[in-house]
Order: sequence, then C-alpha cells, then structure tokens
Amino acid sequence: MNSHSPPSISLDQPTPDRMRITVGGRWSLGASPDTAKAHAALSAGCSALDFSAEALDEWDSSLVIFLLGVIRRARQSNMEVDQSGLPAGLNRLIALAFAVPEREGAARNAIRASLLERVGEASLSIPRKLGDILEFLGEATISLSRFLRGRANFRWRDLLLMMQQTGASALPIVTLISLLLGLILAFVGAVQLRVFGAQIYVASLVGIAMVRVMGAVMTGIAMAGRTGASYAAVLGTMQVNEEVDALVTLGVSPMDFLVLPRTLALVLMMPLLTIYANVMGIAGGYIVGVTVLGLNPMEYLMATKAALSLANVWIGLIHSVVFGVVIALSGCFFGMRCGRSSSAVGDATTSAVVSGIIGIIVVTALITVMCEVIGV
Amino acid sequence: MSVQVTGSQPHIEVRGLTVSYGSFVLMRDLNFTIGRGEVFIIMGGSGCGKSTLLKVLVGLKRPSAGQVLYGPVSFWDVSPEERDKVMRRAGILYQSGALWSSMTLAENVALPLEQYTKLKPAEIRDMVAYKMALVGLAGFEDFYPSEISGGMRKRAGLARAMALDPEIVFFDEPSAGLDPVSAKLLDDLIIELSQNLGTTIVIVTHELASIFAIGTNSIYLDVETRTMTAKGNPNELLKSSTDPKVVRFLTRGGSDQPDGLKGERI
Repeated sequence: MNSHSPPSISLDQPTPDRMRITVGGRWSLGASPDTAKAHAALSAGCSALDFSAEALDEWDSSLVIFLLGVIRRARQSNMEVDQSGLPAGLNRLIALAFAVPEREGAARNAIRASLLERVGEASLSIPRKLGDILEFLGEATISLSRFLRGRANFRWRDLLLMMQQTGASALPIVTLISLLLGLILAFVGAVQLRVFGAQIYVASLVGIAMVRVMGAVMTGIAMAGRTGASYAAVLGTMQVNEEVDALVTLGVSPMDFLVLPRTLALVLMMPLLTIYANVMGIAGGYIVGVTVLGLNPMEYLMATKAALSLANVWIGLIHSVVFGVVIALSGCFFGMRCGRSSSAVGDATTSAVVSGIIGIIVVTALITVMCEVIGV
Repeated sequence: MSVQVTGSQPHIEVRGLTVSYGSFVLMRDLNFTIGRGEVFIIMGGSGCGKSTLLKVLVGLKRPSAGQVLYGPVSFWDVSPEERDKVMRRAGILYQSGALWSSMTLAENVALPLEQYTKLKPAEIRDMVAYKMALVGLAGFEDFYPSEISGGMRKRAGLARAMALDPEIVFFDEPSAGLDPVSAKLLDDLIIELSQNLGTTIVIVTHELASIFAIGTNSIYLDVETRTMTAKGNPNELLKSSTDPKVVRFLTRGGSDQPDGLKGERI
C-alpha cells in the first residue's frame, strides 16, 4: 500500500436501499478531501448505511470528524448504521464522542441584547458600583480611625518598605519628568515672552506653574502609573492566590494589613516627591533661562523667589496629598475587588491607572475652582 | 481538648444549609454533623460545590439559608468579630497553600502567633522552627514561597494552619498537585494530627485513596440534584450504599479497568 496515497471518499449503493461509504488513503488534518459532497449525497433516501475502510492507510481526527458528522446525520434521518467496516480504534473514538451527550443549556446562547436593554442594564449597575465604592471608602475610613487610635493591625515593617518603594525608588522617574517639564514650560513661555522683551518672566512662569500645580500633577501621574498599578497588581494577585482569604480567616483585616500601609506610604511620600519635583522643574527652567535665553543666573533665581508665595507652595502640597489618597485608594480598590483569573488582574491594573489619572485631573479642577472662589 | 472517642460530641452542625450565587442555587438542604476528632470528608464530582461549602464553613461566603453551628454559636448569625473568634481556633490549608508571597516561610508561620499570642520573639522563633520541622521543612525558614516547590508550599501552608494548635483544621484538596508519595506523607500527617492531638479534620477532596485511608465520616454532594445524597464512613458507604452515583464515585465509575469506554463517564 502506498503510504502517500491521498485521502479519498467514495459513495456507492450495493443494494438499492443501502448506502456504502468507502474511505481510503492517508487522512490528516489540513489535507482531508472535500467532505461536503458526501454529506450532500447522504440524504438520497436509503434506509441503511455501512462503511468500508479496506484501503484506509493512516488517519487522525479529520476522519473521525467526518464520520461523526455522517453518522449523526444518518441517525437523524433514521437510517440503520453499521460501523463494522471501520477499524476498531476508530469505532472506539466515535463511541467516546457519543458517550456523553451534550449537556443541555451548557452551550451559551448568544442572544444579543437590544441597545435599550444594554443601556438599562448599564444604568442599573451604577448604584451597585457606587455602593461598592462607598463601602470601600467607609472601611478605609474605619481602618484609618483604628490607626489613629493605635489599634490598627499591620506591620510597621510593611509601611517602611512601602515608603521606600513609593518614595525613594520613584526619584529617577520624577527627576526625569519634572526636569523636562520645567524645560518645556520655559521654552514655550520664552517664545511668547521674547516678543515683548520680557524673558525674565520665564522664571516666574516656570516657578508658579511648577509649584502651584504642575509639580504635583506630574508626580501624581507618574505615581498613578507606577504605584497605583503596582498596588492593584499585587493585591489582585493576592486575591487570585487566596492570600487575602488566608488573612480574612486568620481574623486579620485586609483593610488594615494591606490597604492601610499602602495608602499611608503614598500619602506621606507624595508631598515629599512633589517638593522634589518642584525643585527639579525650577532647575529645568533655570537651564533654559541661563543657557538659551542668556539671563543672568542670579537674576533668574531672584525673579523665581520674588514670584513664589508660600500660598502657592501650600496649594501644591494640598494637591499632592489628595492625589496620594486618590491614587492609593483606587489602586487598592481595584486590587481588592479583583476576580480570580490572570486577566482579571490585568483589568484591575488598567482600571486602577485609568481611574487614578481621571481622579487626578478632576481633583485638580476642583481645587483650582475652590482656590478661585476663596481668592488664593 | 484531646477527645479520643471519635464523633462523640458534635463540633460543627450544619442545618438546612443552602448556598447560592445570585439566583443560581449551588447546593440546598445540607444537614450533617461533624463530630470532634473526626476526619470528615466532603466529596463529590467536579463543580458540585465542595470548595464553596468549605468557604461557608470558614466564614468566607455567606449562605443564603440555614445555619452553621460551632457548638452553641450560630456562625452566620453573630457579628464578624465573633466569627473571627471562632476561626481563631481553626486552621485552613488552602488549595495552593496561599502563603503570603511577600513574607518568608518563617514569617508566614509566625504571623498567627504574633497576632494572637504574647510570645516573645525568641519563643516565636522556636515555635516556628518546631512547626516547620513537623511538616518536614526544617531549614527552609528564610525561603520565600516562590522559591520552593508546590508540595513544599502546601506543607508550609499546613505549618501555618497548625501554628496556633487549632481544634479543627480544614483542607481544600490537600493532595491536588502532589505526587503520590507526597500525597501519602500528607495523609500520614493528617492522621497523626487527628490521633495525637484530637484535632477535628475537615477535608474537601475527590482523591479516593485518601478518602478510604483517612476518612472516618463523609458526605457526598451530587452535582445533578444539587444536594447531599449520602453520608457516613466512606468504607461503609462503599460496602452498603445503594445509591448508584455514590457507588460509581467510590469505585471510579464501576471498574478499575482503564478502558473507561462503557458508554458512560462521570
């Protein structure tokens, strides 16, 4: 027998009401013959079906699938099926596939909901989600009050480690971002101010912009991407690993043990990082002012000092503290509410970063309006 | 604490328990009693809700109806603080160990001790070393969970579960993912715990070898009827049960022959 003979199907009728399917050659996935013709010919009104496989050489799942389809169809049209002409191994595989009937209702019926229905469902889920967020905020507040009374259940070592991870380790990226932001602000400002011969005001532009809002915002965005994401991923993975369950059943509140040190660490580190970012931003402006605009170094520093008021510094620090709370809580919230799969961890991380950044922008707008109203 | 007479007093009583996810009822009408010092097996096919039942017993999932009684305490009708108090006398070995991955094995075992005892650091260190030695992990104190094998992680999880000398230890599929020898060692350890300390053991498993070797009492949860269809000593059940599903489960589908092609599979 030629081991490379192509797969073949042929149909014939040894007696008028009996159909015979003869399969032969070498069947393999991707090289099976056209089976549609055989299926079509099957409905030609015979009452019995049998098989011949004498010329069959090698076979795999492609042949089994073909025969399964044929047999299923023949049974549906009440034909008598005689499988004795097939090899024993093939018959066993066919028997296996028929052994467990498809579980009714197990296949998901993909009913596409109407637009109205989907909008309705989305709206109805909003109160539940809001309630979930409020519950989390409430638990976090209770945990904070336990901390203030010195009764929170967490390890100081964890807090210090988190402070190192969110603070000192973030210095390189904060340096890069704020130095470059200072440079950019100075360049953009210089182009406009040069028209009026007022280059020296670059110093106050960069100084006020960085200290009052941009230093905090840029640090916040860097932290949302760095720390918020890491909180969500770590807590989410702990959910997947049942590590959070293990804490709960030990009677240790995950709020105290996991969320509290992370939030405290970020809230403590954000103002420090912001002050550092302010200094770096002003340094960026200084580099442009002195080297590109040819301003006197001393003059630049004096102009910066004259422009900055302490109120600006405080406003920047208030921003940074609120950002710390927003980023840490959104990271922890999505981590703690993470599902039990690896894709859920990814979703949690994405949601944490996105809502962290949205939170930063919204909070900035709110504080800006408030400052406007109270006139600082 | 060490009551040697098996099942003499009830430790946990479950009455009319129904567990559901939203509107989907996972199990209904569960009634059983776990006696002190018993090795109690919760068995059943995949997806029957064994692990979820365990979650209800340890306080991680609220049942939709019915009661879980730990002695006089109705577990789900008291405050979370009271539940914590009950669970303080229990240890749990999770399916994958669930060790806290940011801590070393020693820190993992030490945390329950730090939380609930007034032991000095040196005493805690001795206690941790002893528990680690009990599970055959002496010398691995300073390893992180990611640095050891799955079987070792499970044993470390057991050391943590036993840290506070619990009266009851829950096991979620203890032999899943273990090689036969490690699974046997774990079974031996469970028997030691039960016989020498009088600890009540509750095991969720479908590992027949373990069920027959260590189980003194059991319930069988059926996937299709969504309730328990048998209870009793698994060895007795094998001999006397008339429920075809239970018999099929306990005999690997009716035969130990590996042909498995008799038309029906579990």
